[in-house]
Amino acid sequence: MQIPAPFDYVRATSVDNALELLSRHGAESRVIAGGHSLLPMMKLRLSRPEWLIDINDLYELDFILRDGDKLRIGALTRHTTLLESDEIAALFPIVRDAEAVIADPVVRNRGTIGGSLCQADPAEDLSTVCDVLGAEAVIRGPAGERILAMADFHRGPYETAVGQDEMLCEVRIPVRPRSGSAYEKVERRVGDWAVGAAGASVTLAADGTIADAAVGLTALGLDHTIAGAADLLRGQQPREELFVEAGRLAAAACDPVADQRGPIDYKRHLADELTRRVLRQACTRAAQTQEG
Amino acid sequence: MQISMTVNGNEVTSDIEPRVLLVHYIREVLGLTGTHWGCDTSNCGTCVVLMDGQPVKSCTVLAAMAAGHDIRTVEGLASGATLDPVQQGFMEEHGLQCGFCTPGMMLTARALLDKNPHPDTTEIRQAISGQICRCTGYATIVRSVQWAAAHPAGGDTDATVDEVIDGTDTVIEDLPAEIAETADNEVKA
Repeated sequence: MQIPAPFDYVRATSVDNALELLSRHGAESRVIAGGHSLLPMMKLRLSRPEWLIDINDLYELDFILRDGDKLRIGALTRHTTLLESDEIAALFPIVRDAEAVIADPVVRNRGTIGGSLCQADPAEDLSTVCDVLGAEAVIRGPAGERILAMADFHRGPYETAVGQDEMLCEVRIPVRPRSGSAYEKVERRVGDWAVGAAGASVTLAADGTIADAAVGLTALGLDHTIAGAADLLRGQQPREELFVEAGRLAAAACDPVADQRGPIDYKRHLADELTRRVLRQACTRAAQTQEG
Repeated sequence: MQISMTVNGNEVTSDIEPRVLLVHYIREVLGLTGTHWGCDTSNCGTCVVLMDGQPVKSCTVLAAMAAGHDIRTVEGLASGATLDPVQQGFMEEHGLQCGFCTPGMMLTARALLDKNPHPDTTEIRQAISGQICRCTGYATIVRSVQWAAAHPAGGDTDATVDEVIDGTDTVIEDLPAEIAETADNEVKA
């Protein structure tokens, strides 16, 4: 039987209250939302917080809101809500692609975007999604609010820029006209961690050439987007040879480890093949988009 | 700490340790053992209960987090002596063999049908994709949910909870002595 070590539990009534509780209870306090990363770690005693601060009542952090050229997503927005949002699917189809393969439908009823990003598991999908979309993380703490690019937010496996007395409150994604995006994951079975996954976002110029692009990989030993992919793709007409070249770049850039999910050469092959597929799909979607 | 929640329509209040998981609270404190406890790692889904109408894995929710919410377990599916169409569908279409995954499967099916009364087989398979039937009886589980969708008022069968229990007892009592003996010996062997 897996039971967490003893802890004290308190429900936050507002973001300010949650921040106050984090400051008061110090280093051994943790925020809990969906709990589907933290509770398993506590049950295995890999994590032993002395205080759990439950933020599930903070409905102020559960929203999807278009604000000018940004889409704002509250940190407490559940995976199911993201998956089912037609507004998100129209603007950022990569989010629906990824959400459809995050854990399973029952887990998605509890898990949140903020929890996924803060857990920063190397096989976690939304970090790659937010990376390629150029998202920003809105963090609040005792000193006020700060906004970080994903490259500064995500510091590596299980590590983010969020301080002990801070909370991730919101993710902001820039809405760009003539853009498309896609995500594809290979997993052994529903709900398992990815063997490997890739995500891409592409913005086209008025003449149909690629104005900007980003490609990222999940669970393949590469943090953030593939350096050089944007340079390779910019100014080019979308075409198969280009996707093949980008696939080669991805296979060379990744640094997978051999484990029970597959050997290194297979994972490199996935980086290559999945990069080609998501770029192809992202370009097709960008050409079809009604935005701008 | 003191917690209160609604379980199958009844208000319950208990004094618990904050670390008590919802599945253990339901089974051990409330004595509702219809909710099964399986893998303990949010993989198998037999511990699924409905929280405010949504399926959740109760091995990965603290009882404290469920306080103030509306919980429905498999015991809350039947209405008095009348089975929920999902329960009747599992009978009609043989949706269970060992029965271990059944409570979670039925609650997920109930939530699916509440949201989407006419799911196709793909939607049913997706809905139960976070749950494991180790008898691998998925085809009959999908058919059971389809039966429930086709009979939202329960259909023609007059089976009630009492009759189901009586029926099971009858089957065991009616076993010829030599078969019953063989079964006993096999268990001992």
